[in-house]
Amino acid sequence: MNNPQLDRDGNLKHLLSIEGLPKRILNQILDTAESFVGVAEREVKKVPLLRGKTVCNLFFENSTRTRTTFEIAAKRLSADVISLNVSTSSQSKGETILDTVDNLIAMHADMFVVRHAQSGAAHLIAKHVPPHIHVVNAGDGRHSHPTQGLLDVFTIRKYKPDLHNLKIAIVGDVLHSRVARSEIHALTTLGVPEVRVIAPKTLLPSQVEKLGVHVFHDMEEGLKDVDVIMMLRLQNERMSGAMLPSSQEYFKTYGLTQEKLKLAKPDAIVMHPGPMNRGVEIDSNVADGKQSVILPQVTYGIAIRMAVMAILAGGSPLVPAGDAS
Amino acid sequence: MTENHSNLPSPPLPDAEDLLKVLAQKLEPLLQSNTALVGIHSGGVWLMQRLLTLLENSISTHEIEHGTLDVSFYRDDYAQRGLKVENRPSQIPFDVENKHIILIDDVFYTGRTTRAAMNELFDYGRPASISLVALINRGGRELPIAPQIVAADIPLDASQHLQLTKLADGTLALELTKHNSARTQEHE
Repeated sequence: MNNPQLDRDGNLKHLLSIEGLPKRILNQILDTAESFVGVAEREVKKVPLLRGKTVCNLFFENSTRTRTTFEIAAKRLSADVISLNVSTSSQSKGETILDTVDNLIAMHADMFVVRHAQSGAAHLIAKHVPPHIHVVNAGDGRHSHPTQGLLDVFTIRKYKPDLHNLKIAIVGDVLHSRVARSEIHALTTLGVPEVRVIAPKTLLPSQVEKLGVHVFHDMEEGLKDVDVIMMLRLQNERMSGAMLPSSQEYFKTYGLTQEKLKLAKPDAIVMHPGPMNRGVEIDSNVADGKQSVILPQVTYGIAIRMAVMAILAGGSPLVPAGDAS
Repeated sequence: MTENHSNLPSPPLPDAEDLLKVLAQKLEPLLQSNTALVGIHSGGVWLMQRLLTLLENSISTHEIEHGTLDVSFYRDDYAQRGLKVENRPSQIPFDVENKHIILIDDVFYTGRTTRAAMNELFDYGRPASISLVALINRGGRELPIAPQIVAADIPLDASQHLQLTKLADGTLALELTKHNSARTQEHE
């Protein structure tokens, strides 16, 4: 089956999901991001790579943080950025999306960053656009959020460079989280030996074990000796029906407190993709504590998004990699 | 020096270690109190590290600041060749403002790498001056840029590719190979 994310030579053409990306591409993105981290610390926080290119942020669903970081990333690459919050109220969604896209292409857009409540929206656009246009999925429904997954892996690699020796626990609402799926795929592809998920049965997708994770329903057991704790946001707005007794009850069992954090390795790091529900999935003194790397995640998110856009917008290499002078 | 050069119609390559010593001698008078060395990846960085050791005695009165540049984000062939970044970020751990910067590259060719390096340096601040030092000038420049100091001039044909390599024991050597196809506007 041909992979819509890669071109004929195996180079990244669109970033739609981490599933289906070879280890080589994941490492290419992570290594490139490493070089972009330093750009933000300079007098001029810009590089000229995307000068003259136009990046369109197409947000059919609100997400201030993701939109802002993509916008900053594109601007630090010297691109022109247009951010559109497109209403989802239109009836014939499929047609409307592609019409919007066609209009923006007529205005010479070069790249689309797409956020949509429905799974597969970015795929649909990627299939529709001409070959010189690139699409980045900035979150589609419950399906995927690849740049968040990548920035989480990047953050882990920054603090714990030897991925082959790590125990990582993902805690919380795995069922509704597109981040969790992206993360699990990235971590297992890059050779993390033990990925655990800790959640009540009602917040786990069926057959979650098939993703190659160890399942725990108990924090005390699941957090034992882990190097990395990735908390997930309790997706209130996605919750339909009564899956949980109450948020206080949830905090008691699955909220990350200092006491529970002590079960992990003493140098374990705590991550959260944001926005946080303080006192629901994470205690404030953990979120603001020494082991928290929640704000560095945001900073690294810009470097990852710069790397993805810079890799996509560059010409296809005419010579094999490694032959550069 | 290299297995490949015997079948090319070119003079025998000089020893890179000998050239390094020549370069150090020529570089010494340029060093002032506010000079900083900047090596361009990869060959320029190896050269810079060796030069710092060789010049250790003559610069003992003041520490020479130094940094490295990977010019990938500033190359002019990004639209054709895409982005190829190895994990070796630029590191300029000093204030560029008003410094006399000496850029160090292994082989000077088209001048495009130097152009990219200068553009990147200016994004860190406004240096007092920038000079260019290269181990070898191979001829073929395409921009009004030339090195102030070179250890040797070795004119080469466009089909030939000269590069500095670092051997297992840490010594430097020159390697001459032939391109499969001629490439234009190459960065070197």
